[in-house]
Amino acid sequence: MPEAAIETAPVMRDATKEIGFGDAVREAIAEEMRRDPTVVLMGEDVAEAGTTFKVLKGLVEEFGPGRVIDTPISEVGFTGLGVGAAMTGMRPIVDIMFGDFLMLIMDQIGNQAAKIHYMSGGKWNVPMVIRATMGATRRSAAQHSQSLHAWPSHIPGLKVVVPSTPADAKGLFKSAVRDNNPVVFFEDKISYTKVKGLVPTEEYLIQLGVADVKREGSDITFIATSSMVQTALGAAKMLEEVGISAEVVDPRTMWPLDEETLINSVKKTSRCIVMDEGYGRYSVAAELAQTVQEGAFYDLDGPVRRLCAMHVPIPFSPSLEDVTVPTEKQAFDLARSMCNR
Amino acid sequence: MTTATRMASDPAMNIGKEKLLRLYERMVAIRLFEERVNDLYTRALMPGLAHLYIGEEAIAVGICEALRSDDYITSTHRGHGHCLAKGATPDLMFAELLGKEAGYCKGKGGSMHIADPATGNLGANAIVCGSAGIATGAAYASKYLKNGRVAVCFFGEGALGQGILYEEMNLAELWKLPVIFVCENNSYNEYTHFKESTAGDVAARAQAFGVATETIDGQNVRTVYQTASKYIERARRGEGPAFLQCITYRYHGHHVGDIARSYYRPKAEEQEWVTEKDPVTLHGQWLMDNGMADRAVLDAIQEKLVIEMDAAVEFAVNAPYPDPSRVTEDIYA
Repeated sequence: MPEAAIETAPVMRDATKEIGFGDAVREAIAEEMRRDPTVVLMGEDVAEAGTTFKVLKGLVEEFGPGRVIDTPISEVGFTGLGVGAAMTGMRPIVDIMFGDFLMLIMDQIGNQAAKIHYMSGGKWNVPMVIRATMGATRRSAAQHSQSLHAWPSHIPGLKVVVPSTPADAKGLFKSAVRDNNPVVFFEDKISYTKVKGLVPTEEYLIQLGVADVKREGSDITFIATSSMVQTALGAAKMLEEVGISAEVVDPRTMWPLDEETLINSVKKTSRCIVMDEGYGRYSVAAELAQTVQEGAFYDLDGPVRRLCAMHVPIPFSPSLEDVTVPTEKQAFDLARSMCNR
Repeated sequence: MTTATRMASDPAMNIGKEKLLRLYERMVAIRLFEERVNDLYTRALMPGLAHLYIGEEAIAVGICEALRSDDYITSTHRGHGHCLAKGATPDLMFAELLGKEAGYCKGKGGSMHIADPATGNLGANAIVCGSAGIATGAAYASKYLKNGRVAVCFFGEGALGQGILYEEMNLAELWKLPVIFVCENNSYNEYTHFKESTAGDVAARAQAFGVATETIDGQNVRTVYQTASKYIERARRGEGPAFLQCITYRYHGHHVGDIARSYYRPKAEEQEWVTEKDPVTLHGQWLMDNGMADRAVLDAIQEKLVIEMDAAVEFAVNAPYPDPSRVTEDIYA
């Protein structure tokens, strides 16, 4: 049975059309390519196939194969090429399909793209976007299911975006293309089919480094990223039925990080659960939790807790895979126990 | 054979006297620069590592003299020669090597990361073969933006072990990108002879992609210049990349501190290259043999450069270090 689309709260009052998560990314790319002829998109099967997720369908028809470029299966090769092109007048968008393949290109993004501006004393810029995906439960097993956004977040010089709604994805992607730094943009694969939402028909951008309160509440804060925003919103709804008011805050970008919004939310609610689909050990969730512990320590009723991917390679079998990702029920139970209700 | 017929038969005569003298002057500049690096390092005035280019000068000079000033290069950890050959000034180079604010990268890059947009230098790279993608990407941008620029990717034969080189050669030939892959084969991957690390035939690796390939004497600056000119103009015409293997030798160790080298290469071998195949000596002799210069002219070139290099060292030694508060600048554009 196909899963029903989850409606997400519109982030802007004048939102007037509903689109899917992948549509949002495609619209952002198309708008930026129309605006700036130096923007090109390259990756494996991005042209006629529109990527393996079919989210870029139609771009090659509008912009031609000179700007929507099918590459060899050569992630290191075309990412490195993107770095050089970005330094010399282009704004390439490099598509690496599965976030797991970040491990293949770590030298190019971590040692090259991230450091060139600094190593050159600010003389060279690398304005490029590296598109990647994240998220499990597609039965894709250990090498196509990981959420590795912590990896680029660890490296000074990179910016990292993890949108959770179509409106955020579109506005943040456009900002990423216009940014003069390398930006790694993570799209949750499940959200392509599961998440729809309202977006403004007028052009808009969302600044990198500004968190968004997806739901206001007073008893506990969920700081949730990417797919976990939907899970947290689901848990918040369940908590409402037992009289607990949960706030859901989406940092939207891992770096720059809007520490203030996270800390202020926790100061208000005094309790916090960080939800992230990456691994918990040495992780995004650890960093977000520590940010809150340092910033809101005297307002906390207890330790900040984390709900993350189980620390195992993502298994194939549905019965195994499903237990590796935090669920609404887990979030509900943990929040309830923290609130003693 | 008369002198006149010998001269007419040497294709290098077509280069022209002015350029031929400039090739000599640029090689001497790099030699003198590197001798001062060695001196600064051994006097503990230079932090970090110093990988000297002495012995390989003909390659950087021959290639870069065939480039336009707006063409691009990427360099390596052994990159001082490439940067100077592409137009870097020694005072700002020395300042960077000493970690001074006045340096090319404000002291943030150092010896292995000299970069300079004004001379098309996309940066020296301390990851072996780390810049193959950058050079190929610059060539891609040149083609897309139709600005006629060519990119040269310098790397040592140690980079032949890195997969990215082959990914970039594939893309470059597939898309006919104006990039020249210049393999400076000095025989040693750090402390290991390349025959112990490199299977098959080096040129055949590039030929397998259909990339135009030539193996040349990297100690003959005229040969390097003329071969490079041919492939650079070919690339500029849109006919695609080239792979030049330049046979050369690293006179010093892998870095300045690598002094006891007999366990990996014989002294006699080093001596043979230094005395028989020195690119500066050979070209100087050729200039004299062909009536382009006499000893006095060559000496004058050297004397002028000695003054310039000594002044550059003095500038760098006396220049201030960056204020520690600068450490968080330039992380993001």
